[in-house]
Amino acid sequence: MQEFIEFTLGGLASGIIYSAIALSLVLIWRGTRVLNYAQGGMAMFTTYVALTVINDTGGNYWLGFLAALAAGFALGAVLERGVVRPTVGKPPLNSVIVTIGILIFIEGLAGIIFYNGQSASFPPAYSIVSLKVGSIALGVSWNDVFTAAAVLAAAVLLAALFRYTTVGLRLRATAFNASVSRLLGVRVGRVLTLGWALAGLIGALAGVLVTPTTFLNPNSMDAIFVLGFTAAVIGGLDSPVGAIVGGLVLGVVLSYVGGYLSADLIELAGLAALVLVLMFRPSGLFAPTAVRRV
Amino acid sequence: MTMLRHVAIAVACGALLLLLSYRLDLYRDLQFAEVAAEVGAVAGLTVLIGISGQISIGHGAFMAIGSYAAALLLLHQHWNIGYVIVASGLVAAAAGGIMGIAAARLRGPYLAGATLMLAVALPSLADKYQSVFGGDQGLSVSITPPAALGATFPLQRWFVWLSCAATLVLLVLLANLVRSRIGRSWRAVRDDEIAASLAGLNVARLQILAFVVSAACAGVSGTLYAMVTTIVTPDAFTLTLSIGLLTAAVLGGLGSLLGAVWGAAILVLAPPFLQDFATSHGFSSAVSSNVPIAAYGVVLIVVMLVFPAGIQGGLRRLLGPAAPVAAAPFSALRRHAPAREEKEEGTV
Repeated sequence: MQEFIEFTLGGLASGIIYSAIALSLVLIWRGTRVLNYAQGGMAMFTTYVALTVINDTGGNYWLGFLAALAAGFALGAVLERGVVRPTVGKPPLNSVIVTIGILIFIEGLAGIIFYNGQSASFPPAYSIVSLKVGSIALGVSWNDVFTAAAVLAAAVLLAALFRYTTVGLRLRATAFNASVSRLLGVRVGRVLTLGWALAGLIGALAGVLVTPTTFLNPNSMDAIFVLGFTAAVIGGLDSPVGAIVGGLVLGVVLSYVGGYLSADLIELAGLAALVLVLMFRPSGLFAPTAVRRV
Repeated sequence: MTMLRHVAIAVACGALLLLLSYRLDLYRDLQFAEVAAEVGAVAGLTVLIGISGQISIGHGAFMAIGSYAAALLLLHQHWNIGYVIVASGLVAAAAGGIMGIAAARLRGPYLAGATLMLAVALPSLADKYQSVFGGDQGLSVSITPPAALGATFPLQRWFVWLSCAATLVLLVLLANLVRSRIGRSWRAVRDDEIAASLAGLNVARLQILAFVVSAACAGVSGTLYAMVTTIVTPDAFTLTLSIGLLTAAVLGGLGSLLGAVWGAAILVLAPPFLQDFATSHGFSSAVSSNVPIAAYGVVLIVVMLVFPAGIQGGLRRLLGPAAPVAAAPFSALRRHAPAREEKEEGTV
């Protein structure tokens, strides 16, 4: 029982990070039909920015936190406007290769600017000692609680932005039909840039939140990105709710497999979960329709 | 006729490569063998993406399957290397068939996600079953040149001969396949699945077949790669390798077998060249090992934005008459069917 609680809560705590990455992928996919393979690399880079700010300000975590979010927002906007925009309307593979190119470039750049041959450790916001109820260890810490709260708050704010503001209406309209939105006077280009910026911000949030548990080096977000991508695919790339649920489900499944069976099987379990879901729902759990893009 | 022409070209290339292998020093011979080994995987991938219209971001997984199969056969069965190459290709083809069955139901990013996860998950099997696959230590692969070539015949040159011979055979087979009925069917499926199935083609079967062929090429290539590097470890088959294969196929020019050769050459030769360049210009070692990575990223972005048909597409535009046909997968019909695109946007 103790183990079960520990694995479940621990799984949810890591799953919420996959949810955040998945959410950032879904944001971009819905707006531009581009899958951003550079999302993990961008999050790694902004986390290095945060670490630099924290070190330069004598250990002020929150300044670093804000710097990462701002850097993520800016990076997303710059990349969309600079190199992704020209691939819109071209064959889908072009944008795949361009975002992979961005990923490779960012990882090389981080290696040149920040990396000195050793992984850096990144401070957590709160204590990482496991919480206990009575004598039962819960498998989560205050930092995990903060992580979950931050991601969920970001998701709720994003949902509110989409639902209740004019900007959100423009974002939804553009995702629904870009040509009609343009005819109705929406500046589609700016809206797409904003979508990438918001995704960059969510990705940066995920990077800052997860890195205390992983150490930081130019490739440190790769594994997390792959699992976030898997979560997004499981949930369905068109569904923000699917991204959150997909991340949590994946986190819990991987935690059970790692805990009860063997840590070596985690990646295989991820593959198995992905294949199982896609066998029955080829467009993910929360796919809106069964229509297939031909 | 086509068959004869392809064989003649391959024989001529083989003779040239044979001469070249005597001219190069042993280190260059080793690099040369590595390029030749990688060509097979890139060629298989370029056919899968450029001709059949499916994507794989995890083709390194099939190379891994081929290498491990070869290493196990050499260790336990002591087969002749020729049989080993064929057998490991078949093993990888079987794995490709399984992946292909899953892939035939998936499209675009969903297929990309599944193949990506395959490439990440598969190497962890080596850690799980250490007694068979040797864990992180890997398995050693050692072959020797046949005695008939004399005792002083350098191993590196034997690697070149084997890799080039196997790869040339692969390329001839692929070139014929691409120009056959099957190749034409693949193009039809790539350009419009519905039209292809209306014309009586079995779309799912063709897509699975493309995965089988492509995985077999990767398996053979993995065998050659294991032979040249003399060891098989899980570390050799990271995501970086899979992404490298994809980028090589794109840089060379999708759907073009000659492009696959350019792509593989860049994949193997560019990083050490750029690193030497950076080191000789006074960068520290930590920086200069990352310069090639950053430069590679920039090259990918620039090529995709400026030269989307890759090197071979560019060459064709420069040298030949206007015929940039094979290098535009997914695209042709998409652009002429805006009405359907609009409707799909509506379902989002």
